This record gives sequence, structure tokens and C-alpha cells, in this order.
Amino acid sequence: MTNTPDITEQTAGAASLADQRRIRVLVAKPGLDGHDRGAKVIARALRDAGMEVIYTGIRQTPQMIVEAAIQEDVDAILMSILSGAHMAIFPKVMELLRANGVDDILVVAGGILPDEDIPAIEAMGVKGNFGPGTSLSTIISFVRANVRSERLSHELPPLTSADAPLAAEAASASAGDAGNAGR
Amino acid sequence: MPTTSSTTPTAPTTQAPQTALPTQPDIVARLLAGDRRALARMVTLIENGAPDVRRMLAQLHTHGGRAHIVGFTGSPGAGKSTLVMQLARELRRREQRIAIIAVDPSSPFTGGAILGDRIRMQELAGDPNVFIRSMASRGSLGGLAVATRDAVRALDAAGFDTVIIETVGAGQAEVEIVRAAQTVVVVTVPGMGDDIQAIKAGILEIADIFVVNKADRPGADQTAAELRMLLSLDEHRQERAWRTPILKTNATKGEGVAALADQLAAHLAALRESGQLASRSGRQAQSEMLALLHQALMERIAATIAPAEWDRLVADIVERRADPYSVADALTRRLGLAPASPD
Repeated sequence: MTNTPDITEQTAGAASLADQRRIRVLVAKPGLDGHDRGAKVIARALRDAGMEVIYTGIRQTPQMIVEAAIQEDVDAILMSILSGAHMAIFPKVMELLRANGVDDILVVAGGILPDEDIPAIEAMGVKGNFGPGTSLSTIISFVRANVRSERLSHELPPLTSADAPLAAEAASASAGDAGNAGR
Repeated sequence: MPTTSSTTPTAPTTQAPQTALPTQPDIVARLLAGDRRALARMVTLIENGAPDVRRMLAQLHTHGGRAHIVGFTGSPGAGKSTLVMQLARELRRREQRIAIIAVDPSSPFTGGAILGDRIRMQELAGDPNVFIRSMASRGSLGGLAVATRDAVRALDAAGFDTVIIETVGAGQAEVEIVRAAQTVVVVTVPGMGDDIQAIKAGILEIADIFVVNKADRPGADQTAAELRMLLSLDEHRQERAWRTPILKTNATKGEGVAALADQLAAHLAALRESGQLASRSGRQAQSEMLALLHQALMERIAATIAPAEWDRLVADIVERRADPYSVADALTRRLGLAPASPD
């Protein structure tokens, strides 16, 4: 069977992009966190686990996060937050996703999340809520297990309706508090 | 086609809320109406080779042809992402709607990728007239070229005025990817003397505009001079009406970007006037058709001939019991194609 790869290579070559269905994850640093070493470690670990990671840098507003998630059609958003602003930021992110009719993205959080806030966060639909010291393999397995399975099929779930276009929200947010313009 | 009424970011294209749950066939209609979730979803379907995607692409093709497709390539570290971001801002000032496809390589070991071009594009965030999508090579540069071309088709149909394809590197793979472009911009930086040589001949041949970025660094003039010298050696280029410009920019400061935007517009106009736009599109259409026919043929072969039989035929040829011509003749007959005429 040594020559079989030749013909399957030829026929598979054109389709091989499609065969490589990858989990796409947006790693987001919302709020005013100053450093992102942890987020970068997670981003690299997700890449090493075979996922496509879109990392947009620090100081992301909820509008920027949701806009990126929509344009990149990600399967999961992983928010890494250390500054304690989670109770202000997470509801805005979930509301923007809802307003844009997005209900098939897994939203995961990690960082400094006080135990007493976790029930409220989970009630919003933000899952995982990994504290510092959580193993990377735990996070990776969680993402794999909880991404909506229809997203991993070629068909993808149908788009649902949007109450209001994202653009209206994003445009009214100050572009000035957009963060990192570069390294 | 969506109306491009916005001159400021505060007036996005609005659409009435959809009441019914759309099924997949609605994606093309919604994309054409300006729904960017549908557009993003269409690109995902293209990347993943969804079963229905060809039918959708066929529809999208008939709605396209308006966008200026620009490819940006050049060595890593040349500042392409920052330059593309600044160019997008300049084009926004000229009231254009811009889409950017940022291509990054996947890890050959794990198949994953970090797609980090968006970090450089923060200043475009919140602008409904800019759409940025990151694509990974997924281990198949040929497949990526096809996916990029099809994604461009979707973005063109969605009504963007300029679609920018931004790649990493300046080698043969990048040549394939920017083949979908009408204007190719190659970006270098001073002090990478050896890396002028690293810009492979393939890229040099197809470049329409050269940019020396980080032009505040020493050696910028020398780099430009070296490029000019290289270009002067290319006889074909001398014969063309288009004088290949070598521009100097400082992307972080936004310097030289207006001139770049001017040259992009000038190149598109020159292509139209010379009839080259049509002939380039014709060549792209032909190569696309041939690739699709080739793929169809390969699939027919795989469906018709079992691997074990294929191996047997190959062994027959190697051991001189048969020859490749007779074997190929017999196979083409089996496939229902006209056999080659005998010598």
C-alpha cells in the first residue's frame, strides 16, 4: 500500500483545509489589566492543543470583544481578567452577545474571580471561572468539551435573529478607550 | 448591494430585526443585505468546506466585481499590519468600506495557530465600515489560497470598496495567496540588505508597488535604490505602462500612507485603462476553473479506482509488465474521457 498516499494526497490536497476543522478561540483581556502574561500562556497552550487563537491584546472593551468574536466567528471566548472589574464587564459582554443574536459561543472566564461572585457569573452564562493555578490541560479540556457540538460540524447552527446591530453599540462607545495600538 | 451611506462611524447600516429563524440558505441573502454575522459565518463555511458552499459562492460571484483587491506581503517584521491599519484609516477618510483578511501560518506540529494581526488594528475597532478576519494556513497552503480567494469573493459581494489580503513572508506560498489580488504591495524595511534577496523572485515579479517601511531608519534610501536596481533588470516591467513606485513610509507615525493610497487608486485606474484588469481577471478565472476541474478529476479517479488496484497498476509499470501510456489510456476510457490518439 506504499503508493496509496500519492493518489489520496492529490485528491485530499484540495480539500485538506476543510479536513482541518479547528476550534477558534478569542482570548480577550477586558478592562484595565496592565499585563497579559497569563493570557499569552493560555493562548500558546491552546495553539499547542491545535486550536486557532485570536488574541487581541489588553484593554479590550466589551464592544471590541463582541465585535471581534462576531467577525472571527469564534467557537469560544476566553476572558482573562485580574482587575476585579468582572461584575461590570461580564454583563455587558453577555448583553451585547444577546443583542446581536449570538447564542452559540461558549463564554469562559479565568483570572481573579472571588468565590462569592461565581454564582452570579455562572448565572450570566459565563462558564469555567478558572482561578490562578488552574492547569492548562483543565482549561483546554473544558473548552473542547463545552464548545457547542453543532459548531464543529461542517453545517454549523443557523444564525439567529439580532435585536440590534452591533455597530450601533460599538460606534457609541468611545474609540479612545480602545487599548493597545501595538506592542 | 448594501447602501454605503456612512461617512462617520455613528451611522451604521441598519436592518429591520429578523423575526423568523433563518436556515443556511438565508446566509447569502443576509450577507448581501449587510449582516456581518452572516458574512463572518460565510467565511467559516468556506474555511470548513461546508457541503453547500459552492452553491453559495456561485451566487456571491455574480454579486461581486466592485472591490479593489489588494495583496500585502513582505518579510516578517516589516510592519505590514501597522501599515495596513494606517492604510485602512486613510481609506476610511476617503469614505471607503474596507475588509482585511490577515493570514498567519499554522503550526506544522500541532495544527494550531496564534492569529495576532488584530492586535495591530485596535484603532479600527468599533468602525462598522471595517471588517477584519484572521485566517490560518491549516497545513495546506494550496487550500489556503483557495479559501482566501473564496473569502475575497464573499467580501467583494458584501460591498466593501477595498479588500486587503495581508500575508506573512514573501515566498512562493505568498505568491499563491496574493494571486487573488489585483494590486500587490511588497513591504520591506531598511537594514535588511540580505533580505532583499530573501524576497523571492516570484514575489518580485508580481509586485505592483514597493514600500520601504520604517523609513526613518538609516539605510532607507539605499534599500530603495537597491529595489530600483532590481526592478530595472526586469525587462518585462520596463515594457509596461505602469511605473512601479517605490514608496517610503513610517507606518507607526502614519507618514507616507496617503501617498500609498494614491498609488493604489492610480494602479487600479491604470489596470482599467490598459484593459489589464479584464485580462488579469480572465487569467484568474481560467486558473480557478482549471483547479476545480483538476479537483473533480482527482475525485473521480479516487472514486473509480480502488487503492489496491492503483498500487497494482503502479507495480506493473515499475516491473515493466505495462507502460504508463497504455495504463493511462485504459483508465481514461474507464473514466469516460476520450482516450489519447494512438501514435
